[in-house]
Amino acid sequence: MRMHKMLLSTFCTLALGIGVAFGEGRNLGRPIVPADMAPWDIGIEPSGAGLPAGSGTSDQGALIFADNCAACHGDGGKGATTTTSGAPAAPPVVSDMKRSGIDDTTLTIANFWPYAPPLFDYIRRAMPWTSPRSLTDDQVYALTAYILAENKLIDAKQVINAQTLPKVQMPNRNGFIIRPESTPHD
Amino acid sequence: MTSRVAFLECGGNSAALFSPKPLQADVQALHGLVSCAEWTGVKLSTLLEETGVDPKAKWFIAEGADAAHVMRSVPLTKAMDDAMIALYQNGEPLMPGNGYPMRLLLPGYEGNMNIKYVRRIKLLAEPAMSYWESQVYTEPLPSGKAYQFYFVNEVKSFITQPSPGRPLHQPGVYEISGIAYSGTGKISKVHVSADGGGSWANAALQEPVLSKAFTRFRMPWRWNGGPALLQSRALDEAGNVQPTRAQFVAQRGELSSVPPLLAFKNHHFNAVVSWAIDNKGAVTHAYA
Repeated sequence: MRMHKMLLSTFCTLALGIGVAFGEGRNLGRPIVPADMAPWDIGIEPSGAGLPAGSGTSDQGALIFADNCAACHGDGGKGATTTTSGAPAAPPVVSDMKRSGIDDTTLTIANFWPYAPPLFDYIRRAMPWTSPRSLTDDQVYALTAYILAENKLIDAKQVINAQTLPKVQMPNRNGFIIRPESTPHD
Repeated sequence: MTSRVAFLECGGNSAALFSPKPLQADVQALHGLVSCAEWTGVKLSTLLEETGVDPKAKWFIAEGADAAHVMRSVPLTKAMDDAMIALYQNGEPLMPGNGYPMRLLLPGYEGNMNIKYVRRIKLLAEPAMSYWESQVYTEPLPSGKAYQFYFVNEVKSFITQPSPGRPLHQPGVYEISGIAYSGTGKISKVHVSADGGGSWANAALQEPVLSKAFTRFRMPWRWNGGPALLQSRALDEAGNVQPTRAQFVAQRGELSSVPPLLAFKNHHFNAVVSWAIDNKGAVTHAYA
């Protein structure tokens, strides 16, 4: 997290005082200190950079999943086509489904995702569907461990934390072709 | 602030044409996940000049304040080129559904990357590999590999008149008209065929022809009352040519079975679209 060139303060100034800021040239916004930035800085990189303190295990995650996730994702994360609770039917997060041709609805965490840390990132930023960012970091680590263990990507007893999660080997790590026009160049 | 016109297209627009058989629906249902507007805001390069850029930075992430906090990784070269923090659309503040109070505008890049309700920009040395680039907006290929970071919506066109649901009523002179655009730059030419690509003619392009914006094309045509197969083929200023469906499928593949109309099982379909006209003037979707 060495790149602190954040635009947050600039954006706030633009949002609140665009009429004032416009036309004055330089010196837009104000500096922001890291402590003010930290609560916003929720992104996790594939290297694991940005992962917070805390940890969790699959056993802990199983209970959290049942309470917060199974209503949409089905028992054991096997997916749901209908639900009785009024919750939306959501795709499986635990699956041994094989990919089928170019059909992207057959892509899963186990058969497709190149890195494990984005799993923590997505659960924390977007889930549960009804109340994103309501889980603690420990709960998110536990859910990450549960999903990885149920997909047989880690040992069932593995503790998942900021050190262990980036080391998880995802089977499809080398399954991608980066489009050349999207590669940054100087 | 600056203003520019730009189209905005979902990466899944036209995905129904990955079906092995042509789905019968109107042009709105098949190709309607695209729009074009005048956007006003602050260029991202202006803001980055203000903050300075760490020399190690090659990418930036943009993050929304929506429930999912949608986050996408974008090459820094795009930030320094034409990326904009847009506050106005067609002269009015952004509407809530379009990202009020501000959104990222990446002219020519797939819609999902144009982060609504943008709350944060951060520079990174490597892409973040968020959910939306680890799974959703990737494109599985017939080889088993998948394209990642397929950002540009490539040169494309389709005929809107005549089209399914907008039939011809009697032989005579009609105007063939449609829309062309390219995420690479300006449209340079649009060719139109009435015989399934056997012969082509240059359509007239409605001015102004703007970079990464809708360009309306028109072609007078006499329908003699017999069967016809209408196609348009767009070219852009970089020399890119809209591929035939056969050329496209040879590279990108097609689905093994007919999907529901709104299944979106792959992305970035930009091949030539064919409308078949029968001897009664009815228009259907065809592959040719």
